[in-house]
Amino acid sequence: MSTLTRRKSSDDTSSNSSANTAPLAVVGSQVEQDEELFGRAFDPWVIRRFMHYIMAYKRRIYMAFGAVLLFTLTQLAVPLVVKITIDEALVSDTPDLNLLHWYVALFFGVVTVNYLGNHAMEIIVSRTAQNLLFGLRRAMFAHLQVVSLGFMDKTEVGRLMSRLQGDVASLQEFLEASIFVIGDIVLLFGIVGVMLWLDPFLGGLALSVVPILFFVRIVWLPWARKAFMAAREASSTTNGALAENVHGIRAIQELRREQVNFELFEEKAHKNLTTHLLASKFTNLLIPVVDVLTGSAMAIVVVVGGSMVMGAELEVGVMIAFLFYVQRFFDPIRSLTIQYSIMQRAMASGHRIFEVMDVAVDVKDAPDAIAPDEIDGSLELCDVTFGYEPGNPILKNITFKVEPGETVALVGPTGSGKTSITALLHRFYDVWEGEVRVGGHDVRAVTQHSLGQHIAMVLQEPFLFSASVEENIRYAKTEATMEQVMDAAKAVGAHGFIMQLEHGYQTELNQRAANLSLGQRQLLSFARALVADASILVLDEATANIDSYTELEIQLALKRLLAGRTAIVIAHRLATIRGADRIIVLNEGRIVEQGNHGSLMEDDGLYARLYRLNYASFDDIPDEEIAAAKAGVELT
Amino acid sequence: MQNSTLLKSVCMADKRATCYLEGMTNANQSAAVDIPEKAPSSDDATYQINVGKLDPRVLRRITVMAFKHRWRMVLAITATICAGFFQLFVPQFLGQAVDQAYGLLKSAGQDREAAEAALMTTALFLLGAATLRGVFTMLQNYLGESVGQLIGYQLRLDFYRKLQKLSFSWHDRIHTGDLMTRGILDIEGVRLWTDTGILRVFLLTMLIGGGAIILISKDTMLGLVALSFVPIVGIRASFARLKLRDAWLAYQDQMSLVTKAMEENLVGIRVVRAFAAQAYELVRYDRSADVAMGMARHRAGIFVRSVTQMTFTYYLAMGLTLWVGGGKVISGEISMGVLAEALGFMLILQMPVRQIGWMVNSIARTSTCGGRLFHIIDMEPEIQDRPGATPLATGEGVVRFENASFRYPAWTGDGRTLTDISFEVRPGKVLGVVGPPGSGKTTITHLLARYYNVDGGRITVDGRDVRDVTLESLRQVVSIVQQDAYLFTASLSHNVAYGDPWAEQKKIEGSTATAQLHSYIQGLPEAYRELVGERGVSLSGGQRQRLAIARAILPEAQLLVFDDSSAAIDAGTERQIREALREAMKERGVVIIAHRLSSLMHADEIIFLEDGHIVERGNHDELMAIAGHYARLYDLQARTTAGEEVGA
Repeated sequence: MSTLTRRKSSDDTSSNSSANTAPLAVVGSQVEQDEELFGRAFDPWVIRRFMHYIMAYKRRIYMAFGAVLLFTLTQLAVPLVVKITIDEALVSDTPDLNLLHWYVALFFGVVTVNYLGNHAMEIIVSRTAQNLLFGLRRAMFAHLQVVSLGFMDKTEVGRLMSRLQGDVASLQEFLEASIFVIGDIVLLFGIVGVMLWLDPFLGGLALSVVPILFFVRIVWLPWARKAFMAAREASSTTNGALAENVHGIRAIQELRREQVNFELFEEKAHKNLTTHLLASKFTNLLIPVVDVLTGSAMAIVVVVGGSMVMGAELEVGVMIAFLFYVQRFFDPIRSLTIQYSIMQRAMASGHRIFEVMDVAVDVKDAPDAIAPDEIDGSLELCDVTFGYEPGNPILKNITFKVEPGETVALVGPTGSGKTSITALLHRFYDVWEGEVRVGGHDVRAVTQHSLGQHIAMVLQEPFLFSASVEENIRYAKTEATMEQVMDAAKAVGAHGFIMQLEHGYQTELNQRAANLSLGQRQLLSFARALVADASILVLDEATANIDSYTELEIQLALKRLLAGRTAIVIAHRLATIRGADRIIVLNEGRIVEQGNHGSLMEDDGLYARLYRLNYASFDDIPDEEIAAAKAGVELT
Repeated sequence: MQNSTLLKSVCMADKRATCYLEGMTNANQSAAVDIPEKAPSSDDATYQINVGKLDPRVLRRITVMAFKHRWRMVLAITATICAGFFQLFVPQFLGQAVDQAYGLLKSAGQDREAAEAALMTTALFLLGAATLRGVFTMLQNYLGESVGQLIGYQLRLDFYRKLQKLSFSWHDRIHTGDLMTRGILDIEGVRLWTDTGILRVFLLTMLIGGGAIILISKDTMLGLVALSFVPIVGIRASFARLKLRDAWLAYQDQMSLVTKAMEENLVGIRVVRAFAAQAYELVRYDRSADVAMGMARHRAGIFVRSVTQMTFTYYLAMGLTLWVGGGKVISGEISMGVLAEALGFMLILQMPVRQIGWMVNSIARTSTCGGRLFHIIDMEPEIQDRPGATPLATGEGVVRFENASFRYPAWTGDGRTLTDISFEVRPGKVLGVVGPPGSGKTTITHLLARYYNVDGGRITVDGRDVRDVTLESLRQVVSIVQQDAYLFTASLSHNVAYGDPWAEQKKIEGSTATAQLHSYIQGLPEAYRELVGERGVSLSGGQRQRLAIARAILPEAQLLVFDDSSAAIDAGTERQIREALREAMKERGVVIIAHRLSSLMHADEIIFLEDGHIVERGNHDELMAIAGHYARLYDLQARTTAGEEVGA
């Protein structure tokens, strides 16, 4: 721990006050895990919801139950058959070889049934569990495709992914375990029953150790769980720190944090070590306990059963059967307590899964919604008021109309409502008041699917999928021909760089298309919108600066894209703004000015003042300057 | 009579171990997207383990690591042998008890008291053997696992440290997901070797060997029959484990594709909605999910078949034992106790025999996991201190490129080069670097801080070749602001003070003020304590870059390099940052790489790069006068981004 506790390095320039202070340094994510890991062992709501899915597999479930019973009962029968063989064929006054053959044949019969039952049970259970879980995951995924974007905006992708993966996996574990719970319970009661039936006195004595084991496990469980959770948490923070070291390696090397980070990591790794050792102690502590109890039960059978055999009060086969049963009844107890934890975890997971499934779908197609083939490309907002949280409207009584073929630029400071307007055109959300009309139709009167066909969208972050270049370009219109794809790429000037890629149009893009530059991604997203061939284009211009060469290409591509279409552009580039037919200036959810660049400059209003500040984009202007501009004063 | 529940709980435990690994992979799904092992096709023939791939050196090396913890290992092995030893007593005492009780019954109850005393002794021995077995098993498990954890701890540190030392060029080509897999799953695989490999050998030899000797010495025929399941189940278990392992890896690969499909869809949900592509997305999802489900079924099939068949084989052997032993009891060849003992041995051997499968799997796993891990741990960093390298003495901080030439190593597939680059940056002076994409601008920054070595010429700081000084001291002199800076999921002040964690709050605020970020941070509810990242503040591109600038200027390096690090910052804010930096820049050299000319037109010298050559150099006015590349670029920018400062 030399570095972490040393005086602030060796340079003497630092004041003495910082001597011996702990550094302001951490490794790994500082975000707290707040997910509940264990729920109640039995949550009726979750069970009820789950039953709905299970019932689809009713027949298989019954078959599985049957197989479990068959398996468990034959398993119970095995020592019994051995007992009968010994007592009837071997130990009786007249040992009978024939009888032995018959009983051995019976034994083979029993174990064959056991095998079949075992096989059927395992196959049915694992297949059903997989079908169910893949089905559940798909249902959840499909639901996420239609829930309101408001929900998606608020929820981190990472969280949803942990529902789709981790929670589904823990349900799967539960499902596979649950059928064994039934087997274990049957087995436990079966063993107790058979032992008491064979000899109530000896059975009772031998079984007297069972409650002790139950008790020990129940006392042990909460402590052990705490240790397991600590180990798990230590693992995940250690791995998180490792991930940081992998992803942030450049920053770490550049800022020379290697030593400090290593020492911090060492602490985490050490904690990981100690928590795991503690958890291991807990796991292994139970082994001698179980062995002592098993040994005691066997000793009881030997002493008491042995003297009963000597007194001819007990058949020797019963004694042998007992010795085997005794070694066996601890297992169902152990697996039952394990399954209790699995169940608790599954309930918590189930709760989270159904929570997602229950998220209401706010925006739905009206039952009589139409899907017009052609629309004229006009857009209209009539007195629209809208917001994301009740009582906090983002757009206030907005009214404007865009004629077919017109290009309108929306400008205004961050939070003025530009993005909300584009989202409403697509009916990502429903308005509070007023009406949004696309091609003369109220958006609520047409299907969302048809809106998607008539309005092409280019987002600020050009999101591409990890598929081939070709697939990405025809994403909006899967039936487009290769020719159309290439035409679109040529039109936006992307053809050249695509052909230089290793496999041309068939080149697979990496995750987030990291193998392309930002400018190239932008061009591809233009091509994608062009292939969609929609009469209306909604474009959220990228704010980031791209090198001038690419920038020029993008401006040219943009011209092609806008030609002959109605367009609403959230414009950041002054070149784009000036090229628009009309500029609508928004501020705090209201339209404050509109007109073209020349007329707005003449008006000398907010637009003119913002323009004169010389910022590349209105989004980035510091609040003070905006406030000043609104107030009509100009700072120097 | 063996415990089929026992069997089941064994395979459950087995399954659980897999689930554990499964869970871990899931947890890191986003990071560990690809498992570096090749996905085998679903053709059964390809599911063979490639024995040539097994590397005994790797196993030996891990075993040596284990024996470094000498006392723990000696104790663990002793405990293992003792556990096996006492375990072997249990069936013998059981048989003895049966004979004592039954023999007495046969001999018509003579000396009942002595017989009962004998029974009592047997019972006490039985209890004693069971207890000792339990205690030694506990010790064996705990010590074995602790050695494994200690190895894991050591490897984790070695791995972490090595990653820190390996050069950029290496990190460039390796997939981050791959590294995470190695750092998590491979360490886990190696860690289990002590328990499932080394100690298991002792235990299994003890139990199976000892059991066989005892049984066969009592009655050869009966012993052979009772043990007949051992080779069958042992071999079956081994092959099944290896097959399962491959099936598991294939499934895992496929699941990562499913995950990718889902994650992409959710991240790009606006694109999906905008193009009304939900139906298409579901088809895409189904395409990968259906394959994954097929693989899951395949895997379950292998698992179920092997488990049930092993149980069945075991029971068949038990039936045979009963048959053969029963005949011998009737003919008086053996006593009832010997039969009971034989059955008892079958009971205790059943689990260890299945564990042969684990062991074989463990050899395969440890060999591959360890191989992958050591490959990285043993790697020599390309860039490291030369022997005898000394720290750079605090001097003026004059940086010179002297006819420097550079070509990326062939494996990077990066054809860019730098040829004959010379320039000098003195304190208080600003060098601007400009040129088309791919002309080598960023390569210059990489060479400055010696993330790569030059091929020709040299780079000096205060006259000393950068290859002769320690990396630590060199990088203390050069501070780079990257274009796409990685921010840490920690508080804002942690991020700003990343390069100097001992910095005082005043200094932190000074840096953010210079980077024009202080007032923004102060306006946040938690101010400097606000976390950066998904659940904290989400910073815009410009704010991220400003944070990166604040972070880079905080350590007060003598040379400050801006590597296209203001692209997302608008011209106005950039101008303010430049104003704020003016004072600090008096004693430092500054290199500005940018494509926006307004960022660097005020530099004392500007070099224009094309294809790795300097094609023009001079200050803004001189370059404009030449009317060459620079002037053309200037015109271009004036046209497209008119209104920005360039035109003003």
